[in-house]
Amino acid sequence: MPEIRRVSTATNPDTGAAGTTAAAAVSSVARPAAPVHARKPEGFSVAGKALPRADSYAKVTGAAIYADDIALPRMLFGKLLRSTQAHARILRVDCSRAQALPGVVAVATGEELPVRYGILPSSPDETVFAIEKVRYVGEPIAAVVADDELTAEEALNLIEVVYEPLPAVMTIDEALRDASPKIHEESRRSDNVHKEVHLEFGDVEAGFAQADAVFEDEFFYEGNTHAAIEQHAVVADCSADGKITIWSSSQTPHYLHRIASAVLQVPASRLRVVAPPIGGGFGGKTEPFPHELAAAHLARKTGRPVKFALTRQEVFYTHRGRHPVKMKIKTGVKRDGSILACRLQTWLDGGAYGSYGVATTYYTGALAPVTYKMGAYAFDGCRVYTNKPPCGPKRGHGTTQPRYALECQLDKIAGALGLDAAAYRKRIAIDPYSETINHLRVTSCGLRECIDEVERRTGYSGRHGALPRGKGIGLAVSAYLCGAGLPIYWNPMPHSGAIVKVDRGGGVTVYCGTSECGQGSEHMLAVVVAETLGVDVMDVRVCAGDTDLTPVDLGSYSSRVTFMAGNAAHEAAESVRLRLAQAAGALLGIAPERCGFAARRVFDVGDPDRAVTFLEAAQAAEARFGTLVGSGSYTPPANLHGDFKGSGVGPSPAYSYTACVAEVGVDLETGEVRVERLTLAHDCGRALNPDIVEGQIEGSAYMGLGEALLEESAFRRDEHKIPNLLDYKTPTILDTPHIDAIIVETDDREGPFGAKEAGEGPLNPVIPAIANAVADAIGVRVYATPILPESVLRALDASPSGRLRLKSAPSPVPV
Amino acid sequence: MQRLPPFSYEPARSVAEAVALLSKYGADAMPVSGGTDLYANMKQRLFAPKVLVGLRPIRALRFIAYDDARGLEIGALATVRDLAESEIVVARYPALARAASSISTPQLRAMGTVGGNLCLDTRCNYYNQNLDWRAALGFCLKNGADICRVATGSRTCLAVNASDLAPVLQAFGATVHLAGAGGERTLDIAQFFTDDGRNALARDAREILVKIALPPAQPGTRSAYRKLRQRASFDFPLLGVASVVRLDAGGVCRDARVVLNALGPRPVEALEAAQCLIGTRLEPEALAVAADAAYKVGKPMENAGTTLAYRKRMLRVFTRRTLEDVAGAGAPA
Repeated sequence: MPEIRRVSTATNPDTGAAGTTAAAAVSSVARPAAPVHARKPEGFSVAGKALPRADSYAKVTGAAIYADDIALPRMLFGKLLRSTQAHARILRVDCSRAQALPGVVAVATGEELPVRYGILPSSPDETVFAIEKVRYVGEPIAAVVADDELTAEEALNLIEVVYEPLPAVMTIDEALRDASPKIHEESRRSDNVHKEVHLEFGDVEAGFAQADAVFEDEFFYEGNTHAAIEQHAVVADCSADGKITIWSSSQTPHYLHRIASAVLQVPASRLRVVAPPIGGGFGGKTEPFPHELAAAHLARKTGRPVKFALTRQEVFYTHRGRHPVKMKIKTGVKRDGSILACRLQTWLDGGAYGSYGVATTYYTGALAPVTYKMGAYAFDGCRVYTNKPPCGPKRGHGTTQPRYALECQLDKIAGALGLDAAAYRKRIAIDPYSETINHLRVTSCGLRECIDEVERRTGYSGRHGALPRGKGIGLAVSAYLCGAGLPIYWNPMPHSGAIVKVDRGGGVTVYCGTSECGQGSEHMLAVVVAETLGVDVMDVRVCAGDTDLTPVDLGSYSSRVTFMAGNAAHEAAESVRLRLAQAAGALLGIAPERCGFAARRVFDVGDPDRAVTFLEAAQAAEARFGTLVGSGSYTPPANLHGDFKGSGVGPSPAYSYTACVAEVGVDLETGEVRVERLTLAHDCGRALNPDIVEGQIEGSAYMGLGEALLEESAFRRDEHKIPNLLDYKTPTILDTPHIDAIIVETDDREGPFGAKEAGEGPLNPVIPAIANAVADAIGVRVYATPILPESVLRALDASPSGRLRLKSAPSPVPV
Repeated sequence: MQRLPPFSYEPARSVAEAVALLSKYGADAMPVSGGTDLYANMKQRLFAPKVLVGLRPIRALRFIAYDDARGLEIGALATVRDLAESEIVVARYPALARAASSISTPQLRAMGTVGGNLCLDTRCNYYNQNLDWRAALGFCLKNGADICRVATGSRTCLAVNASDLAPVLQAFGATVHLAGAGGERTLDIAQFFTDDGRNALARDAREILVKIALPPAQPGTRSAYRKLRQRASFDFPLLGVASVVRLDAGGVCRDARVVLNALGPRPVEALEAAQCLIGTRLEPEALAVAADAAYKVGKPMENAGTTLAYRKRMLRVFTRRTLEDVAGAGAPA
């Protein structure tokens, strides 16, 4: 079990009571007088315990049924014909020969499903199959369903597509040119810009003018992909009464439900979406995809169940991975390093379609100020279309790239000003219960404690700048959302709903629309309900991710599930608990408020030996109140954000905080970087299950390691150069260092039992921590990811004595 | 990758039966042992043989034997793990054990065979792709088209020999033993490879590789192997450097071989580099001169991971380090 540090950020003496008090005094945010949610006077019995995951038994024994494990009688196999052109007009698609092949049952092409859609209502630029034009190699053009997979594959070869090739746009710079070939002709712009954002908070130019030093840097963050081990799969079936069911490896069954209804022109009431257990998502399964919609369409068309299971190459084409982002960052500071002004500019390579790109664009600017106090902040973001597979959200969604740029620049600033980079970050760190320069509400915040923890474990401050050449140590920090404060389609309804049912045998079931993508959401729901009702986690059955059976949860993305679904489930369980307390109180002859719940007993908190069993309480309550069902829902508070266009992206009911120290060895002759140890401290509010939190920290560190050193969405001419997991390099276990995970608990006032997120936040500081460690090791900096051996050698070649100059004679402060 | 294409599997219980089956089916058949490379290639539709002749039942070909007079003999069906863990190989031919243990992953080393690694199909990142990828970019010489995508002027295929064992075996002066309808024949390993990545082995389609033989380990022999790759496991070499030297009792180098691989269709022997070592005591200066010589003969192309320039630059570093390993190694047991 990982080490856990409990701190109260409201009163923690280590952080300096004066600092927090002052912050609270100037803050416009009212600190809640009492916890809003989820407190138990009698302490916790299952929350916070490193219990085996409720869903782990089926997974480790292989019994869990993933989407591709589903096989229905008379099921057909589908395959998608994908474009071989990056940018071309489709002159003709002729499926007649494919249709005539024995074993082929149906084909489908674009005109059958012409409804345009997009996960964000603001950019509905996709259709299931390309119509008129293709915009990337790998874009679906048609589908075939056949009695078996090989026949479907063979049929694809019989489909004739006549293209008129158009010049492809493959880079950000090309896409920004006025004369570049237009990828989406309906755009009113003369270039290929998809979204442009300009925001300014305070007077940035005045800040630069007053600054003692101004730093300007350019960075490039390479695109990469999720590489979830489960490839996307779907089965769809249309019953005799015309109702369609879609089982899909989707992190967002609700959004699939909505968009399938629109695209298939079927009322949502006749559609059911079920998310079976998912073999990893990381953001790659968060929007409706052509294979899902094609499966439903062809199941309806043929009257038979249809399965599509994507190959790994198709997953690379489906993509929605990390955007490549070019960044400029300009920061003006006082001599002590305080940030007077910061201007961040980002250019995102979006690929061929919108996906979540509008949100991604905002996210590249929204969270930089969530870690640091700034006098003024400006953000200019620009996302372009290119003829590549569409980019979208990947773990850390849009915040990973600018975090890399910011944390690398802060190290440069600390170096130039002669400041200890850890102490410097703590000094400018945002305070708990405050507001950021871009008007985001900050509640619990363990940022300083996280820095203290990694410093304590690694001795960072004494070692940074003092290790022998070729050895380096680097620090970085970050913040992340606990769910988005606003829904992606405008509506005033809750973001998450849950139902808890207690049966007269003492069993408890929680129903919630969450999608279990390996992150532990089902266990989390079971823990919250078990803790509230005083039963064992294994007494709770979780029914999740089924639009017919469960209330809506918006999905497993933005690290929202623990906070939002956890609160909804808690509220649902509380409502049942109230009735149980009334019934049990009557049996015990005490007031309901005096009833405690633990160890399958309901007891008198004043005299815990006086108790009834949970079963007796359940039966008494059902006798008195009827069927025991409680519902709960969660809607984020309304006061999370400012009032300006674009203020909807970035606000969250709480932010998690992370600090990471990386220790590296660099081979100065080969340029190879070996990460020797990663130490992370993560403020997750409260660890509902420390083992799962530790797993998320380790998984994030591993993924960050790959992004920092190996992974890249590389293109050869117009197509993905390495669409397979042999050539696309994710780290192996031998490349992965020892990872120290430290949990910092700040007990968030609004989180379920104080919990915040742990699924995404810990990734973000890993990349800049490694980059800073490499810079420490070799004395020069590589300004792009991944930090490849050849980039290290190029940097060393360009500045053979870089380390000497940097370490013994600080560079002059640029003004 | 797609599903495996349909094929029939014909197990052979003896070398004679394997040769007979290959003769019977001719161009429609391919031999398979561990299948760790072959099946993946079939799933990418690089080829789709109608018949696979299964060699695994030929138990007699899974052996590693050493005799002071005859040297080391390795049956083609010894697994890569057998080789990596063989005590005699670790003791007398350490570079070979090291090369074997650097191949792919533990699972694939348990399945893959020594013969299979030596007969590995040449690789190129324009070629080792799925069918629709190659169709989108355009086929190449190795696919039956008339153009090399790596070097458009080349009339031969430049796909690389990605075997970790081949350069080490060549540095040890191994011979390979092939069995065909007309009986067995023996080739010096250098003759086993060709200069064209399309037909990179001098093996007739109706022959099978049965055995690899290495001369007895002479006193004073030292060997080393280094491999450039992006990850510590899984990856094929982007550059392999093998060296075998023999020092006399006075510590003077009497014989030396340096073999580079993963640059083109066959391992490249760096003769001048080896020559630079002979007569020296493997002093650092001598190693640096030899590394320069190796640098000159190695000519990577832009068809494997990382970049051509990086692989070229690493030639000198990896050669020098391999020679340092040799210089620093104790005499083998």
